[in-house]
Amino acid sequence: MPKTLLDKIWERHQVGADGSLLYIDLHLVHEVTSPQAFDGLRMHGRTVRRPDRTLATADHNVPTDGTTTTARIRDELSRVQVQTLERNCAEFGIPLYSLGSPRQGIVHVIGPELGLTQPGMTIVCGDSHTATHGALGALAFGIGTSEVEHVLATQCLVQSKPKSMRIRYEGALGFGVTAKDLILATIGQIGVDGAVGHVVEYAGTAIESLSMEQRMTVCNMTIEGGGRAGMIAPDETTFEWIMSPPTRPAAPPAVPDEWHELRSDPDATFDREVVVDAAAVSPMVTWGTNPGMVVSVDGAVPAPSSEQDERALHYMGLEAGTPIEQLRLDRVFIGSCTNGRIGDLRAAASVARGRRVADGVYAMVVPGSAQVKAQAEAEGLDEIFRAAGFDWRGAGCSMCLGMNPDIAASGERVASTSNRNFEGRQGRGARSHLVSPQMAAAAAIAGHFVDIRSWDLDPQQEAAA
Amino acid sequence: MRAIETITGRVSVLDRDDIDTDQIIPKQFLKRVERTGFGEFLFYDWAREPGWELPKNPVLVAGRNFGCGSSREHAPWALEDYGFQAIIAPSFADIFRNNCTKIGLLPVQLSAEACRAIAEAGECQVDLAGQEVRWPGGAEAFAIDPDTKQRLLNGLDEIGLTLAQSDAIAAYEAAREQSGGWAGPQTTALA
Repeated sequence: MPKTLLDKIWERHQVGADGSLLYIDLHLVHEVTSPQAFDGLRMHGRTVRRPDRTLATADHNVPTDGTTTTARIRDELSRVQVQTLERNCAEFGIPLYSLGSPRQGIVHVIGPELGLTQPGMTIVCGDSHTATHGALGALAFGIGTSEVEHVLATQCLVQSKPKSMRIRYEGALGFGVTAKDLILATIGQIGVDGAVGHVVEYAGTAIESLSMEQRMTVCNMTIEGGGRAGMIAPDETTFEWIMSPPTRPAAPPAVPDEWHELRSDPDATFDREVVVDAAAVSPMVTWGTNPGMVVSVDGAVPAPSSEQDERALHYMGLEAGTPIEQLRLDRVFIGSCTNGRIGDLRAAASVARGRRVADGVYAMVVPGSAQVKAQAEAEGLDEIFRAAGFDWRGAGCSMCLGMNPDIAASGERVASTSNRNFEGRQGRGARSHLVSPQMAAAAAIAGHFVDIRSWDLDPQQEAAA
Repeated sequence: MRAIETITGRVSVLDRDDIDTDQIIPKQFLKRVERTGFGEFLFYDWAREPGWELPKNPVLVAGRNFGCGSSREHAPWALEDYGFQAIIAPSFADIFRNNCTKIGLLPVQLSAEACRAIAEAGECQVDLAGQEVRWPGGAEAFAIDPDTKQRLLNGLDEIGLTLAQSDAIAAYEAAREQSGGWAGPQTTALA
């Protein structure tokens, strides 16, 4: 019987006679969804079964202003939460990269970066964007705090197998169209509950030709379409990325044979199949209060078709029919587990190089990890951003969810490379528009959204011509 | 976790689709390290809008795709702490549904028509053992995973149940190690 990538990983991780337990190969932990889980362990006198399959970092709460020690976090509740993580990890023997560590960063950036995320693994984390790791051919999904406690204690989860869904892309992405646009357009097509109950496998040449980091952007936003997990068949791009020395200390000595056998069999069937025309995707901008409310940058704010749409337009302070390119911005945020990797920063820097952020716009660039920050600085990207008037920050989740000092004020319009435009997500009353890093950088410079496809890439070349 | 059998009483209605967990419990309240006391922050921003009304009843009836977005278990904690014992909706987000069952807050998926009828009736009885919701003028069956149902009916600690299978877990780990393939990365071995 032909099998999907999901089938193969699932079968290899079933524990016990009835197979109702799923073994977890890697458990990533952060400060927000873990304190109550550790309390639960203590209350019952339980231990962590496999500290060697567990890794923690501080990301959601950390300030990005250059603070490098937890004791100096000014917000008391944030400080206590990070300190609690540090104490819990010490007590239970869990490796931790906390604030100030050269390996600290957003949990979904550091897992792959360290080589911990590998094909065929099961990976969980108390965070809904865990699907990011599926880009490397792993089964990775978000869990709640009770399940965090469960995995800490047993290294397993009680799980019934989700349904499978394949999203197959036809055609190639056009000029100026990124992985972010591809996934935003997909969510626009299937809806924010389009993949509920399913593990999504993304396939097709448009996916195969993406870089490893771009694949992570796609899988990262699976949850915004309701999917339990998103995954991509591991191939040479995957293997090469993991094995690239010297940055991935957890990588195996050589590509294991079993990695080659993971991809879905050619005649495997899925519970659902969806086809997306990749060639038809344009640079996308969300207009509403969920990621499925999205249009092409050369489009206009749509007419409301439901009460939900009307509420969204009201919250966003928008009128139907307004061209997207006329929307003026107050803030720009480049970063997050969706678009905070080195490739994202390079892409944004290529747009910002030799230009200036528009008057009245505050634009920040937040590397996804301390390692991404160091790499960007080694390449001089920080200088490009600073010269253009961007604020160059320390690593963390930052404005993606505003659990730290990085938030937008009520009524401010934000171009954001993150994953959620929910009401109040980036600050109470803040109006978020999700875009790609290139589109965010261009919007910062123009002061309003612009179609990156009509953007001249280098003003210095322009001047020379 | 307390055992659930039937949940009977008035229903509160929140007729909106795609209610995300950021609305249920906004981010600023996730900084707390305790598990209790989230009820007063439930729907914090919406509760400050004019005309908001959400009585503290045993049952909440909500729109499609309830609980989408963030995996924060603080959302079910807040709903439970506020007084809800069951949430009825035409559909739920996966992680939210899972999180609810772990704390004994019962997610019940019914047809959109049944949800509307219950909202209009203003009261209902959720019968977990019989897998049925009854209200004045109607009734509808609901599905639930049999293991989850047993655990909720008996108020069992899931971690305790899994720990009882420690031998099977150890046997699985031993078999994996002896298989001779790549054992996977170890976080404690990172130089």
